[in-house]
Amino acid sequence: MAGSNPNAKPMNLTLKVWRQKNRATAGQVVDYNVRDISPDMSFLEMLDVLNEDLLRKGDDPVAFDHDCREGICGSCNLFINGRAHGPESGTTTCQLHMRKFSDGDTIVIEPWRANSFPVNKDLSVDRSAFDRIIQAGGYVSVNTGGAPDGNEIPVPKEIADRAFEAATCIGCGACVAACKNASAMLFVSAKVSQLALLPQGHAERATRVENMVAQMDKEGFGACTNIGSCAAECPVGISLENIATLNREFLAAKASSNNLS
Amino acid sequence: MSMILDSKIPEGPRAEKWEKHKFNVKLVNPANKRKYDVIVVGTGLAGGAAAASLAELGYNVKAFTYHDSPRRAHSIAAQGGINAAKNYQNDGDSVFRLFYDTIKGGDYRAREANVYRLAQVSVNIIDQCVAQGVPFAREYGGLLANRSFGGAQVSRTFYARGQTGQQLLLGAYSALSRQIAYGKVKMYTRSEMLDVVIVDGQARGIITRNLITGEIEKHAAHAVVLATGGYGNVFYLSTNAMYCNATAAWRAHKKGAYFANPCFTQIHPTCIPVSGDYQSKLTLMSESLRNDGRVWVPKTVEMAEKVRQGQIKPQDIAEDDRDYFLERKYPAFGNLVPRDVASRNAKMMCDEGRGVGSTGLAVYLDFADIIKRTGADAVSQKYGNLFDMYAKITDEDPYTQPMRIYPAVHYTMGGLWVDYNLQTTVPGLYATGECNFSDHGANRLGASALMQGLADGYFVIPYTIGDYLAQTPPKPVTTENPAFAQAEADVRGRVQKLMSINGTRTPDDFHKHLGHLMWEYCGMARTAEGLKHAKVEIQKLRKEFWSDLKLSGSNDELNQALEKAGRVADFLELGELMVDDALNRNESCGGHFREEYATEDGEAKRNDDEYAYVAAWQYVGDNQPEILNKEELHFENVKLTQRSYK
Amino acid sequence: MSWISKTFSSSIGRKIIMAATGLFLCSFLVVHLAGNFQLFKNDGGLAFNAYSEFMSHNTVIRILEIGLVLGFGFHIYEGLTLTAKNRSARGVGYVSDHIEQNSPWHARSMAMLGSIVLFFLIVHLYNFFGTLRFGEPVKDSMGNENAYGLVVDAFRNPLYVALYVVAQAALLYHLLHGFQSAFQTLGLTHRKYTPLIKFVGVVFSLVVCAGFAAMPIYFYFFK
Repeated sequence: MAGSNPNAKPMNLTLKVWRQKNRATAGQVVDYNVRDISPDMSFLEMLDVLNEDLLRKGDDPVAFDHDCREGICGSCNLFINGRAHGPESGTTTCQLHMRKFSDGDTIVIEPWRANSFPVNKDLSVDRSAFDRIIQAGGYVSVNTGGAPDGNEIPVPKEIADRAFEAATCIGCGACVAACKNASAMLFVSAKVSQLALLPQGHAERATRVENMVAQMDKEGFGACTNIGSCAAECPVGISLENIATLNREFLAAKASSNNLS
Repeated sequence: MSMILDSKIPEGPRAEKWEKHKFNVKLVNPANKRKYDVIVVGTGLAGGAAAASLAELGYNVKAFTYHDSPRRAHSIAAQGGINAAKNYQNDGDSVFRLFYDTIKGGDYRAREANVYRLAQVSVNIIDQCVAQGVPFAREYGGLLANRSFGGAQVSRTFYARGQTGQQLLLGAYSALSRQIAYGKVKMYTRSEMLDVVIVDGQARGIITRNLITGEIEKHAAHAVVLATGGYGNVFYLSTNAMYCNATAAWRAHKKGAYFANPCFTQIHPTCIPVSGDYQSKLTLMSESLRNDGRVWVPKTVEMAEKVRQGQIKPQDIAEDDRDYFLERKYPAFGNLVPRDVASRNAKMMCDEGRGVGSTGLAVYLDFADIIKRTGADAVSQKYGNLFDMYAKITDEDPYTQPMRIYPAVHYTMGGLWVDYNLQTTVPGLYATGECNFSDHGANRLGASALMQGLADGYFVIPYTIGDYLAQTPPKPVTTENPAFAQAEADVRGRVQKLMSINGTRTPDDFHKHLGHLMWEYCGMARTAEGLKHAKVEIQKLRKEFWSDLKLSGSNDELNQALEKAGRVADFLELGELMVDDALNRNESCGGHFREEYATEDGEAKRNDDEYAYVAAWQYVGDNQPEILNKEELHFENVKLTQRSYK
Repeated sequence: MSWISKTFSSSIGRKIIMAATGLFLCSFLVVHLAGNFQLFKNDGGLAFNAYSEFMSHNTVIRILEIGLVLGFGFHIYEGLTLTAKNRSARGVGYVSDHIEQNSPWHARSMAMLGSIVLFFLIVHLYNFFGTLRFGEPVKDSMGNENAYGLVVDAFRNPLYVALYVVAQAALLYHLLHGFQSAFQTLGLTHRKYTPLIKFVGVVFSLVVCAGFAAMPIYFYFFK
């Protein structure tokens, strides 16, 4: 099925891809040509074509992270032509389609860049810093069993909706990649906001934000200067308002908590 | 020699079985729990929930995922919702009704006791998730909202817009993260399990490959839980994520765990159709869309031909020229018939020549009515993210023209055979979630996969594994036993073998070829003749794989082609077993449709006298026919009838 | 005291200092501008000199001045520290970076704009504050130090005029981002009031910078 645009012509493209053997070695940009790319292909399917070609020739395929290819797992993370997840806003790399490009284009493909996201190989980076931030407090401390009935504490729809919007963060790291400071505050703020909004999260509200921010700083992410690149590039539209909430929660926690250290 | 399987179903009336069993299982003394190590492989809903809950109890858990983070498991992609028998809507739901719907929806090929327990604990899942901060949809008054789903006439599905799986997984991930922070779970990311280690007939560990360094590692524990998902990717194209694979389950199978009902695969009716050869995966459009979308094709082949040629647009086809075939054939359930029925009917329409899209392999899912009735804004509130995703992929606007959909492989009901305790035929080896076979019979109802994964992980395995551990001495287990060295050497040898073939065809090339065979002959409709043909072809393909595979790079680095090759090698064996199973089952039921066994109106025709059993296959050696073991299914609480959704 | 030092050495704590001192400095701008408007009074500078005399000799003002110095000090120190920290967080840079497609130029250039303003501030202090405080300025007819005369003298030099105008342009862009950004950093956002804060920020920035820029231009061309 030729998708919606049966007249779309296949494209030939030049790719400039970051190649790096592993964390310890230096990398460089390598040029490749791909031919007969259908506009209905996804960006990653275009890379599949390149990789099949490289493998057949006995070359090393380009390593990149991906999995669900439907924009929800947060695995894919390419910096395409100077933009996190490429030129289309509100879109993960896997949902970017080649119809956004034109025949003859040169496309520069790089990994996320941040000291806290070291490169594993080629375009694959290590985002475990995000996991460690969640481990520092991005949860409600309830053991399995013994939870009260789901309807015991009503949550106004507006609050539930706002919590949901913050909770949709897919943890891809585009916010860090796009930010000129490599700041992780949009990511951290999304989780802090979600749990600060919901009554279930209130018990640990102060310690949560203190611990998560401390971990965020320890990981070496930069600080937010409110320029908005993160929210502009976030594939799921996490809003900058969350960062204001994070700041507010942090200040309130520091001012009021009994934690002296 | 085949044996009768003991499913260890507790005695007593259905409603008391689980309560009684929980009382009868042996307990591990709280002070002793920290002396036991448990390995959990996979950190999706089933694995993440199990790892967190077991750690909360005090066991030392080692959790493994091949992803870079537990938050990436494919549970995250589930869209529509999770069922629970809460009866919050006062519309007549109950534990029994959820049980009944699930058994009936599964076309009477599921184990009653397991399904009843699933329905019982479904209510606890919702409570647990709410307590974790999962932002379920709410009504204005602040109470939880519900929607209806295929195969049910009550509204019992809890949801978080079109991202329910994501929110539930992040809930389990947060619980898991908390235990990692406490040091009770040691998390191994980017580690792929490549074998189970059996010591004296019991599962005592696993062998993994570190995907970044290529290092082969040995891990020991008192018990091993596999929560490694389904094997839908055997078809190459499916709604599963790219990494989803059968390797862990298949390795366990080759170490003695029986594989049950492998031919029971679910074809989901509402997926975005294939657009070209390069296609790497298929994208699901949530079943919840069938609540408001109407499925149709043109009434005549001529009209359909015009649509295919692009001479006429679907929105310009008059009402009288449309065939809303599900509403016509199933007036009671209409567009909400179970998935297998909806899929098969879509295929029938296309086979008749009334399919749409340029390949003719699609039907329409139309929202014009609901948009007219409630406005585009209200529709966007409900389905906005799905509509956006559709538009992104197809470059078509579903607000102004009907979606094109076609069935695609989505879920596998078959899996490792487990007893009531979720233990496989290997003592100490457990299987949870989609990885096991237990709860969905021959067809799974929508919004039940999340329910089963979390039920197994949060509420079943924490009890049943204790029963096993209590009977195991709390002595440390190590990787000293020669069985570990042997398993490690085997894994190493296999990796080396793959690296050294140096042929011409890539892993993807073999995978596509296998997928094509499976879809063609073991897909939505199967025949004995086709299956026999497929068996021969798969064997040929497997031989070719081991002599003509092309890889590059080395083993001691991130090598995604090598990872893929290992998975394809296992799919090539599993695929044959699926064909064997489909060939053995001379009936049609649920997702398994044999053209030879159909009613006059083309519905699946079961043969309860001969096939009301679980087919549990036993591996006996490479290239030898597997042995069929049967678990007879007993239905004490429902009457077996021809399913009718009319 | 460890919690205090920890709070203000964290990334958010440093931002909070930037925001709080920034808003404090905005209040200084208002006072400074209001006083300087007396330059436009056509009295040969008598009113301005009287105001200047008051500002430089009143004890309360002198005490407040310490606060002002601290405000500037912290704002500058934290600004430089954060900038250095943020730059190093990236590590390897991008080969192709089109950040201009997702954020405004001036918001990304706060350090550069602030540095221009800092350079201006040093020159400005040297021009006026230094002479008045440490030199021996002439007195006017009322016996006050003739600050007005210094202004007239300084703005005969086109280089100074140009520097002052450029610096006000830099300050304008610094404030356009800084004003509303400070509220965001302090967590003072609300769906109802944030649009108003943003609007006030723009008006404030324009009025303050246009007001200050008018002075060198007025003196250069009309005095």
